[in-house]
Amino acid sequence: MKINKILQIVWVSCLMVSALSAQDKIVLKGKELFGDMKARHIGPALMSGRMTDIELHPTNNKIVYAAAAGGGVWKSADGGASFSPIFDEHIQSIGCVAIDPSKPDQNIWVGTGETWTRNSVSVGDGIYKSVDGGQNWKNMGLPKSDRISSIIIDPKNGDIVWVGVLGALWGDSEERGIYKTTDGGLTWTKMFFVDNKTGCSDLIMDKNNPNIMYASFWEFRRTGWSFSSGGSQSALYKSTDAGKTWNKIHNGFPAGKFGRIAVTIAPSNSNILYAVLETEKPELNGLYRSDDAGANWKHLNNDFGLVVRPFYFSRITVDPKNPDIVVKGGLFGSISRDGGKTFKNLGNMHSDIHDIAFDINDSNRIYCATDGGVYRSWDGGSTMEMVSNIPTSQFYFVSIDDKSPYSVYGGLQDNGSWYGPTKSPGGIESRDWTRIGYGDGFRVIKHPTKNIIYSEMQGAENVWRFNTDSEELITIQPLPVKGEAKLRFNWNAPMAVSTKQPDRFYMGSQFVHKSEDMGLSWTKISPDLTTNDPIKQDQENSGGLSKDNSGAEKHCTIFTIAESPVDEKVIWAGTDDGNIQVTQDGGKSWNNVTANVVGLPKNTWCYHIEASVFGAGIAYAVFEGHTKNDYNAYTYKTTDFGKTWKSIITADVNGFVKNIQEDFVNENLLFLGTEKGLYITIDGGANWSHFTNNMPHVAVYYMELNKKTNDLVLATHGRGIIILDDISPLRQINQEVLNKDVHFFDLKPAVIEEQSNFGSTATELEFIGNNPPDNAQIIYYLKKRHTLGKMDIEIQDANGNKITSLSPGKQKGINVVNWNYNMKNPKTAAGKVLDYSGFTSPRVQEGTFKAVLTKGKDTYTHTFKVVNDPKSAISAADRLKQKEMTKTLFDMVEQLAYTVYQMDQIVKTIDLMVDKNKSFAKDCAKIKTAYENLKAKMVVTTGDNYVGSAEKQLREKLGELYANIASNFTAPSASQLENFEVIKQRFDGAMLDFKNLKSKNDPAFQKQVTATATPFVLKSFDEFVKE
Amino acid sequence: MKTLKLSMVALFLTIFTTVSNAQSADDVISKYITTIGGSEKLKALKGVKMEMTTNGGGMEIPVEVYTYLGGKMAVKLNLQGKEITQMAYDGNTLWSTNFMTMKAEKMDAEATANMKLNDADFPDPLLDYKAKGYTAEFLGKETKEGAECFKVKLTKKPVTIAGVKSDDVVFYYFETENNLVIASETEIKEGQMKGQKSVSKMSDYQEVEGVYFPFSVNQFGQELKVKKITLNPVYDEKAFAFPAQ
Repeated sequence: MKINKILQIVWVSCLMVSALSAQDKIVLKGKELFGDMKARHIGPALMSGRMTDIELHPTNNKIVYAAAAGGGVWKSADGGASFSPIFDEHIQSIGCVAIDPSKPDQNIWVGTGETWTRNSVSVGDGIYKSVDGGQNWKNMGLPKSDRISSIIIDPKNGDIVWVGVLGALWGDSEERGIYKTTDGGLTWTKMFFVDNKTGCSDLIMDKNNPNIMYASFWEFRRTGWSFSSGGSQSALYKSTDAGKTWNKIHNGFPAGKFGRIAVTIAPSNSNILYAVLETEKPELNGLYRSDDAGANWKHLNNDFGLVVRPFYFSRITVDPKNPDIVVKGGLFGSISRDGGKTFKNLGNMHSDIHDIAFDINDSNRIYCATDGGVYRSWDGGSTMEMVSNIPTSQFYFVSIDDKSPYSVYGGLQDNGSWYGPTKSPGGIESRDWTRIGYGDGFRVIKHPTKNIIYSEMQGAENVWRFNTDSEELITIQPLPVKGEAKLRFNWNAPMAVSTKQPDRFYMGSQFVHKSEDMGLSWTKISPDLTTNDPIKQDQENSGGLSKDNSGAEKHCTIFTIAESPVDEKVIWAGTDDGNIQVTQDGGKSWNNVTANVVGLPKNTWCYHIEASVFGAGIAYAVFEGHTKNDYNAYTYKTTDFGKTWKSIITADVNGFVKNIQEDFVNENLLFLGTEKGLYITIDGGANWSHFTNNMPHVAVYYMELNKKTNDLVLATHGRGIIILDDISPLRQINQEVLNKDVHFFDLKPAVIEEQSNFGSTATELEFIGNNPPDNAQIIYYLKKRHTLGKMDIEIQDANGNKITSLSPGKQKGINVVNWNYNMKNPKTAAGKVLDYSGFTSPRVQEGTFKAVLTKGKDTYTHTFKVVNDPKSAISAADRLKQKEMTKTLFDMVEQLAYTVYQMDQIVKTIDLMVDKNKSFAKDCAKIKTAYENLKAKMVVTTGDNYVGSAEKQLREKLGELYANIASNFTAPSASQLENFEVIKQRFDGAMLDFKNLKSKNDPAFQKQVTATATPFVLKSFDEFVKE
Repeated sequence: MKTLKLSMVALFLTIFTTVSNAQSADDVISKYITTIGGSEKLKALKGVKMEMTTNGGGMEIPVEVYTYLGGKMAVKLNLQGKEITQMAYDGNTLWSTNFMTMKAEKMDAEATANMKLNDADFPDPLLDYKAKGYTAEFLGKETKEGAECFKVKLTKKPVTIAGVKSDDVVFYYFETENNLVIASETEIKEGQMKGQKSVSKMSDYQEVEGVYFPFSVNQFGQELKVKKITLNPVYDEKAFAFPAQ
C-alpha cells in the first residue's frame, strides 16, 4: 500500500526522537519454526578473509562486486568504499562473478566453487543468476561443476552465456570443460571437454570479435595428503568460430607438460595477449606475450612474483587503456609498465593476491582481492587501503571462556589467531580484537581457570602459551625426543583442555600427548593411532610441476581429541585417515572402534568427536569425506564407548558435516555444522532443520555452547564468528507446545544491565558486530501467523497494573518481543521547543512481571522475573532512594505540565472572548500578560532546539535533573539533592504564583466566560496525563 | 463479526486457490484487491486519515497520516503537545520539518522527483498497476513470517539515486491462506544500509467502511499501530503545501 511507504517515513522520524489438527504430529522446518531467532554476526572484519574475484560494472564505476572464498558475494554501490553481502542464501564458496554487458544493472551471474585450490578450499554447487542486480538468485544448473572459473556473457545477447568449468579437485569428473547456453541458462551444452582430470581454468572472449575465444585447461588433483599440478593435457586453446572448434596455440611455449596457465587479452588491443605458464623447466615458467593474437609467444619474465604457487595465483590483468600495463596476482602482487618485461611489487597489503581489477575510467584506481579482504588503491597500486566492512574471516575453530560477557577465541586461514569480546559498548568493532598468534591460526583455547591462552600456527610449528596478566609468552609444542618417531602434526593440529584438571593440556600428532603442567612437559599416552600409511607421507614430492610442500598436506595425523566431561579417563581421538579410537583408562590401552561404524567408507576423515555430558560412553562422531570426493554427510552416535554407532543424519542435511554440538540440558537438541550452514534437531536427529535466519549458508567448522548464557557460538569459515543467542527456547519445544495456539517459553531471569552507553569509535564504513540483546525478552510460539484482527501485548506488574505496551511478533513459529524495562515517560509541559529530558522513561526495579498477550478475544499471560545486574555494587537502600526521587521528580514534571496546560487554556479562552467582545480587550490583556509572564518562567517560550536555544527555565532545569536521576541506578548524589532543593523552591514558588494569579483573576475571568458564553472546560489532572 | 466475514472470504479463496494451481501475478493481485474491498470501493476513495501511535523507547507518540488522491500526503507527529509536520507533499513539493529549528525545509530535488513518480499510487500501487506503467511478475511460493506466501515482484517507474537511474522494485508477500499482503521488501538504495532489504510486515487487518487496512505495520521491529482510520476526511489542502516563510 502507498500508505505503507509513508509509514516507513514515520518510522525514520521516530528514530530521530528516540493447518494441522491437534492429533497430527507437527514437524516444523526452518523458517516455520525459528521465526525471530536470529543469528548475530560479530565479525571481525579487521583482517577480513580470502577474496577470490572482483568484477566491475561496465559503465557505472560505483558498482563493484567482490567474491569470497567462503563468504559469498559482496556488492558495493559506492565505488568500493563499503560492501554488503548479497548471496547469503546459497553456498558461500565462489569462483567468479560476471555481469551481463547488455543488462548490467539486472543480470548478474555467479559461478560457485573457489578455483584457488589450496588444501582448505571449499566446493561449489553450480551456477546462479540474478535478474535484479543481486537481490534474488536462482540456481541455473551445472550442479556437479564443483568449481567454476569463468563466465562470459555475449555482449549483445544476454541469453548466450559461456562457462568455464574447472571441476572437481579431489576426484575425476565428467562435468568439466566449456559449457554454453543460448536460453539464459535453462539448458546447457558441453562445447569442449578434454578429459575427466583436466578442467577449464580460464575462458576469455575478444570483446571486439565475440567469435574469438581463448581457454586454458589445467590437469590437477588434490588428495588428503598430496597435490599435483600439471600434466600432458594442460594446454592453451583458441577458437575463431565462436567455440565450435578449439586449437592449441603453443608456438613459442616450451615442450613438455604444463601446469596451470593464466591467459588474458589487452582490452585496448585484441592482438596482444599475455599468458603465465607453469612448465617442466623452472627457468621457462612465468610470463609470455603474444602480439599476433596467440599465433606466436615470447617468454618475457620468470621473476618470483610471476611464477609463485600457480595453483593459488593465476590471474593476470591488463590496464583497460594501456596494453603495456600488466598486473599479476601473487604473494605480493606485481605490476609492469613496460609490456611485461620488468615488474615491481604492488603496495603494501595483505599477502596472497588472487585478483586485480582496474577502474573502468581511471586506471589509477585498482582493486585487489587478497587472503585478507579487498584492498583499493588510488595511485596505480603504490599505496593500498583496506575495505573495512567485509567480515569474511575464515575461522577453523572457536572456543569461549566463562567470563561475563564472554570472549571468543579462534584461528583463521592466513590471518593468525585472535580473541575478542561478544559484547562491547556501541558494538564489537575492530579495536576490540586482540592478536594471539601469527601465521595461519587454528585452535585457540583459554585455560579453564587461569588467564592463560593456548594458541598455535600451522602444523604446530609453534604452540604458544600466553599469560594475559603478566604477558609471559612461552612456546610449548611437543617436540621429538631421542629414539622415538618423528612427530606428524596436522596443518590444523588438535589441542584440548580437561574440564576436570584445569592445568591438563592435550595435543595430537600421530600420538596423543598429555601435559599436566600447561605444556611445559609432555607424556605420550597413546601409540600411533593413525593408519601410518607411508604412501600418504611423501609430502616432500607434492605439488606437481611446482613443488609445494607447505605442510598443508601432512597426513596420517590425529585431528580431534575429546576428554569425556563425565570421566576424565575416557579420551577419544579421531584421525584424518579415518580412525576413531577410545581409551577408558586414561591412555593405557586404546580401542580402535572404526570398524564398528557401519556404513562409513574406509579412511573417511574423523573431523570431530563430541564427548557427551550425558554419559561417559556417549559420544558423537563426525566424519568428512570431501577430500575423497565424497560429499555425503556422516554423523554417528554411540552410547557404549564406540561398540555400536547409529547414524543421526537424515535427507534434510545438505552438505558434508564438520561439527556437532550437543545441548547440555536436552539430549535431543543437537546442532550440526555443515559446509552449507547450521542445522538443528529437536528430536535427537529424527528431523533436521536448516537454520537460515541471518545465518548465511556458510561452512560451520566448529561450535561451542555457553553454559551460562545458552548461546551457540559458531566458527564459520568465511563469515567470521556468528552467535545464536540463548537457544533455551528450543529445549522446551515438543508436540504439546507445538499444538498450542500460543506458548510462552520460560527464560532465565532478565538482567537490567548497568553499562556504558558511550558508543563505538568506528566510522560508517567499518563493520561493527552486534551486541547481544540487553532487554528483557518475551519469547513465545504462535501456531499460526496472526493476520486478521487485533493483537497486542503489554507488560504489567505483579498486581496487574499496566506498565507499558509493546509490539507483539505475529509470525508462525517463535516470536521475540523486547522490553527495555522502561515505564511510561512523563507528560511534559508544552513549550516553544522540545524538552528532550521529557523523553526519558523511569525504569522498573527488579521484581516479577507479567506479559499479557491479547489476540482477538483470547488472553494469554506469562510471568517472568527481572533482576538487578549481579555485578553491580549498588545497595538496595540506594536503589530505593533513586526510585523515590525519580518518582518525586516525575510527579513534579507532570504537575508543571498540567499547570502550563491550564494557563494555555485560559489564554486561549481569553483570545476567544476578545474576539467576541472587543470591550473586554483591555482587562483581558492584563490577565493574559500576567499568565504569559508566569509561563515564561516555567518553560522556554523562545529559541530553537540547537544553538539558538533560549535560557533554560523551570521545565528544562527540572527535566534535566529528572532525566539524570531516572537514568542512574544509584541514589541521587549530594550535589543533585542540593540542586533539587533549588528547583523545588522555584517549583513551589511557581505553583504558588499560579494559584495566586488564578484566585486573583478567576472571578473576572469566569464572569467574562459566562457573559460571552465561551466554552471553557479544563481536563482533570488524571485526564490530562492519560490522554 | 467483520473479522469473521473476512475469514469466510479467505476460506473461500483458499479453496479457490487450491483448485487453480496455475498462479499468475494478476491472479494474486486481483484476489488481494477483492479481499481488501474490491476495486470499485478503492477507486471511490479520495483520501485516508490514519490516527496511529508508535512506541519510541517507552514513549507513545501520536502520529497522524493523511494520504490523498494525486499523491498528496502529510505526516504529523505530536510531541509534548506540539504538532510537527514531519513530512508533507502537495504533488509538487516534498518538505519536512527541521528538528533543530522546527522550521519547514524542502527535501532535495531527487527525493521530490522520486516521490512524484508515486503520484498515482493512492490508495494502493497494486490497484490497476498496469495503467500506472508498472509490471508485476509471479515468483512462486516462499515462507515469510512462518507462513506460506505467494511472492510477487512489482516493478515501478525507475527512481534516480545520486544521479543514476535505478529500478524501483517492491516484493510483495501474499499469505496464501487469505490473499492479504503480510510483508513487502524493497532494496535500500542509499546510506549505510544500502544493498540491504527494508522489510515491512503487515497484520491486524480490519475493515473500515468496506475496505480492509492493516492496523499494524512493523518495520525493523518498530510498530505503527493504527487507532482509527477515516475515509475521505475533511482536510485543509494548504497543509500539504510548503508553508510561506
